[in-house]
Amino acid sequence: MEQTSTQTGDQGLEKSVARLTPDQIAKTLGEILKSEGGARLKAYVKTCMSCGLCADACHFYLSHENDPRFSPAGKVKQTIAPLLKKKGAVDPEFIKRAALVAFTQCNLCKRCVMYCPFGVDVAWLMLFVRRLCSRLGVVPQYIQDTAHSHSVTKNQMWVKEDEWIDTVFWQEEEAAEEVPGLTIPLEREGADIMYSVIAPEPKFRAQLIYQAAVMFHAAGVSWTMPATPGWDNSDMAMYTGENEIMGRLKRAHFEAAMRLRVKRIVMGECGHALRSVHDMGNRWLGWKTPPVPVTHAIEFYWELLESGKIRVAKKLKTPVTLHDPCNVARGLGLHEKARDVMAALCEDFVEMHPNREYNICCGAGGGVINCGPPHKAERLAASSAKAKQLFDARTRGARTIIAPCHNCHGGLEDIVEHHHLGMDLKFLGDVIYECMEKPWKKDEEEQGR
Amino acid sequence: MTKAYVFAAGPLLWVSVIVFAAGCLLRLGRLAWLARKKDRPVYAYMSAHYALRSIGRWLVPMGTESMRKHPVTTVVSFAFHAAVVLVPLFLFAHVLLFYEAFGISWWTLPEEAAYAGTLVVLAGLVYFFARRLIRPEVRYLSGPADFALLVLVALPFATGLWAFHHGPGVRVVMLLHVLSGEALLAAIPFTKLSHMFLFPFLRGYMGSEFGSVRHARDW
Repeated sequence: MEQTSTQTGDQGLEKSVARLTPDQIAKTLGEILKSEGGARLKAYVKTCMSCGLCADACHFYLSHENDPRFSPAGKVKQTIAPLLKKKGAVDPEFIKRAALVAFTQCNLCKRCVMYCPFGVDVAWLMLFVRRLCSRLGVVPQYIQDTAHSHSVTKNQMWVKEDEWIDTVFWQEEEAAEEVPGLTIPLEREGADIMYSVIAPEPKFRAQLIYQAAVMFHAAGVSWTMPATPGWDNSDMAMYTGENEIMGRLKRAHFEAAMRLRVKRIVMGECGHALRSVHDMGNRWLGWKTPPVPVTHAIEFYWELLESGKIRVAKKLKTPVTLHDPCNVARGLGLHEKARDVMAALCEDFVEMHPNREYNICCGAGGGVINCGPPHKAERLAASSAKAKQLFDARTRGARTIIAPCHNCHGGLEDIVEHHHLGMDLKFLGDVIYECMEKPWKKDEEEQGR
Repeated sequence: MTKAYVFAAGPLLWVSVIVFAAGCLLRLGRLAWLARKKDRPVYAYMSAHYALRSIGRWLVPMGTESMRKHPVTTVVSFAFHAAVVLVPLFLFAHVLLFYEAFGISWWTLPEEAAYAGTLVVLAGLVYFFARRLIRPEVRYLSGPADFALLVLVALPFATGLWAFHHGPGVRVVMLLHVLSGEALLAAIPFTKLSHMFLFPFLRGYMGSEFGSVRHARDW
């Protein structure tokens, strides 16, 4: 078994580990254990029968030719299990390895939880390791920077308040050229829904805001977006283990919705944001379920199509396949609704196998892609299981992959390129925008005549 | 020898039963208390409906994706676990001892079934031992304690079989049988054998989280 190098070139790991002392590690672990990591931590670590049945649930294990170090239980063995056994008496090099394992070799996708007879939640354990590493300052630099941005600006991408407003106005202007009378209503109190997105949308994919505005306009949705911090629903602090920041972000998000007196929050096509808003952030704030009802884009599209508020003019002809993101399928069981939406929009749908809850991870989620360029090669080295699954769908005809999640998009784009799969990627919103009936076009044509 | 046997089958048996019962209760109680202190979601999300849904699924042979992927291990595991619980509880000789001591008795296994069950337990343990050695993903996870645990479980069954056949040195073997059985019982709360009583809680919690929060299957 060849030993993987721990030379990462990642300053967030190298420099901070060089500063670390063994005393600090034991002390910090002790501090965390005082208030966190109670029954679940003990029960998970001690009940694992080391049967290895979790192994082939993990795409890291499968892609690394069944190297046991990449099995979920193997990652526990290299991180939290010895940490607890030795009560934190480990050397800094151990922490660096543990950080590498927890941050870059686990997408927290929870697929293994479904294959463990006891339901040992390895994703939860890896998050615990990340939290310890974060307290010790040993975090990959890129994702740490993202968490810093969250802490300072309450959004993921250092977007300033005026830049956000400016981007929305810009998209409104563009969209109004296509759709006469369209507005993107910022700060409209009393609207039915608050639409929230992740910061990469205004930063890199502003057309998604444009498309959403066109959809909502056509469907006659009463909607708004906040002009204040809280517009961003994303949360990388959840993945660095900085739960305190996660709490501040979710509070700002929910409070923006309450201030705007909306009936519910509708979120864009993002997986990890759903996990943060629907599952983890609300928990941290003491809410069993989110204080403002939350609807993911998939579900909202489903409503719009079911109720006939959006009609399909022409179905997509290209054969498509659907990638079920962990956080919306295994995270909220939206896979059937996603298929309903696909059926309404696409003529030729090819299932990839396995699918639904059992789908294989994109390799980018859980903050792994956010660890940035120093870890990209390692991420792609763990992509062959996914590439095989995609290639299989391609041999059965699929040319376009629909992935209703931003991180999955990033991850799958890299995999498609790396393995020369020759497929393209779309959001569900892209397809709806392309295929929907646009009543104003008819008006234009009539006027033109 | 007789004295030792009487001691082992008398006071020592009581000790092992008490250690087993109290140990299980203490560990469960401690975990329940820890969960209240540090894992609030456990109580918030625990749902009888989803817990039982998940536990039920995982008690059906081939009921889960994981089991279907490993058919041999699944068959061996189910047969082993059924036998390892049923044989000691319903063995005629054990029930008879209980009847002689307390005047209480219950249904017993036919001799052939008990015999077959014992063989299933031993064969299962050989399988698990071999699996730990041969499968790289399992060997990587296995430490001396994992192998020792298999031997600990094997001892009372192997000695029981020996005694049944009246093999040489049956008196010593009987003493060993009683002692190893007691050691096994007492070890349950403090080793990984505790999965015996923790299974419903772990599975139940994960079933609840998947059911009520994630609206997804966990099998």
